Amino acid sequence: MIETIKDRVNSDAGLVRRGRYVTLDFLVGVGEADYIFRIDQGRIESITPRTKAMVSGHFAIRAASDVWSEFWKPIPRRDFHDLFSMFAAGQAQIDGDVTPFMQNIRYFKDVLAAPRPVDKGEE
Amino acid sequence: MPEFEPITGRYFTMDVGGDPVRIYVEEAGAGIPLVCLHTAGSDGRQFRHLMTDPAVTDHYRVIAFDMPWHGKSNPPVGWEDREYQLTTDLYKATVLAFCDAMTLEDPVVMGCSMGGRIVLHLALDHPDRFKAVVALEGADRLEGYYDTEWLHRPDVHGGEVAAGFVSGQVAPQSPNEYRWETLWHYMQGGPGIFKGDLHFYWVDGHFDDRSGRIDTAKCPVYLLSGEYDSSCTPERTEATAARIKGSEATVMPGIGHFPMSENPALFREFALPVLDRIRQ
Repeated sequence: MIETIKDRVNSDAGLVRRGRYVTLDFLVGVGEADYIFRIDQGRIESITPRTKAMVSGHFAIRAASDVWSEFWKPIPRRDFHDLFSMFAAGQAQIDGDVTPFMQNIRYFKDVLAAPRPVDKGEE
Repeated sequence: MPEFEPITGRYFTMDVGGDPVRIYVEEAGAGIPLVCLHTAGSDGRQFRHLMTDPAVTDHYRVIAFDMPWHGKSNPPVGWEDREYQLTTDLYKATVLAFCDAMTLEDPVVMGCSMGGRIVLHLALDHPDRFKAVVALEGADRLEGYYDTEWLHRPDVHGGEVAAGFVSGQVAPQSPNEYRWETLWHYMQGGPGIFKGDLHFYWVDGHFDDRSGRIDTAKCPVYLLSGEYDSSCTPERTEATAARIKGSEATVMPGIGHFPMSENPALFREFALPVLDRIRQ
């Protein structure tokens, strides 16, 4: 799933525009696997498995792989449907310098939710 | 002429905590007064769908005012040097002052989130003033789940971050139109206002040690909470109902923290039976 994020984000002009002030690396943990997301002005340059201990990005968001799987469903169960609901329920953690995350909160939430089918929430 | 909605809005000035404050109020319908209290950091527009529903307005005079510092109500003169912080006492006094100013007799009061909390305080302290209370997403105790310092600081946009926090409180099933309208209200809040409301909601307003003293024979209590609410969870709602003897709690599947504004069509299925019972 995580490999679909790059194309989904980069093909979403509105999402890239909202992230135009974001140029940084951050880490996403899916279970035991860590990935480095490299963002350049809202576009995802690369998503690569972390290979070196000293490569960490500005902040890290981690959850178990079955938590992400539920999060990426069209209609996730409660406590899995949103990053902050996952934090509230203890299903996910965020660490590091979270200021750029908070400054671009909708951008990062939408990037992480990108694998979800695009017609979510429609009647 | 355009096809006007049946909602009318007016302004008046009332005393709140010793300060005269210019208040904005909207209403529609005729019958039993139904005072509606908006969520933290938002305003009375959240109740617009109830005000345009004849099944409600045929029997109820639906009244929603913007709290001081919110929506089209003003902050008190001198606000520029104050830090806004809502307390239990100030909130109760504001609602009572509003009901007095409007000369409402035996109103029903329905509030959501922090409004759902304060209606329970009102049922405890002023059961003789209200025909019934309806707590939407209201509990007698909650635990905060994020650091509210992020809500008011110069390097983070307050409206964007408020909406970013609460967007997860909208159920994934809710229609996109109403999801984003609900979030728009959050994006429009004044600086530090959502944070100041959360002082009441997450710090000052706990009263699970006293909520069991609410006399539901004098003032019936109805609790309606959404399945996807991450703060007033179904579990916290049911725990509150267990402490308030005689209260009735319903968990609304497929709804989040903003039932009346995020999914009005689904919410009315739960709200109408409660409103029907109250008037009978």
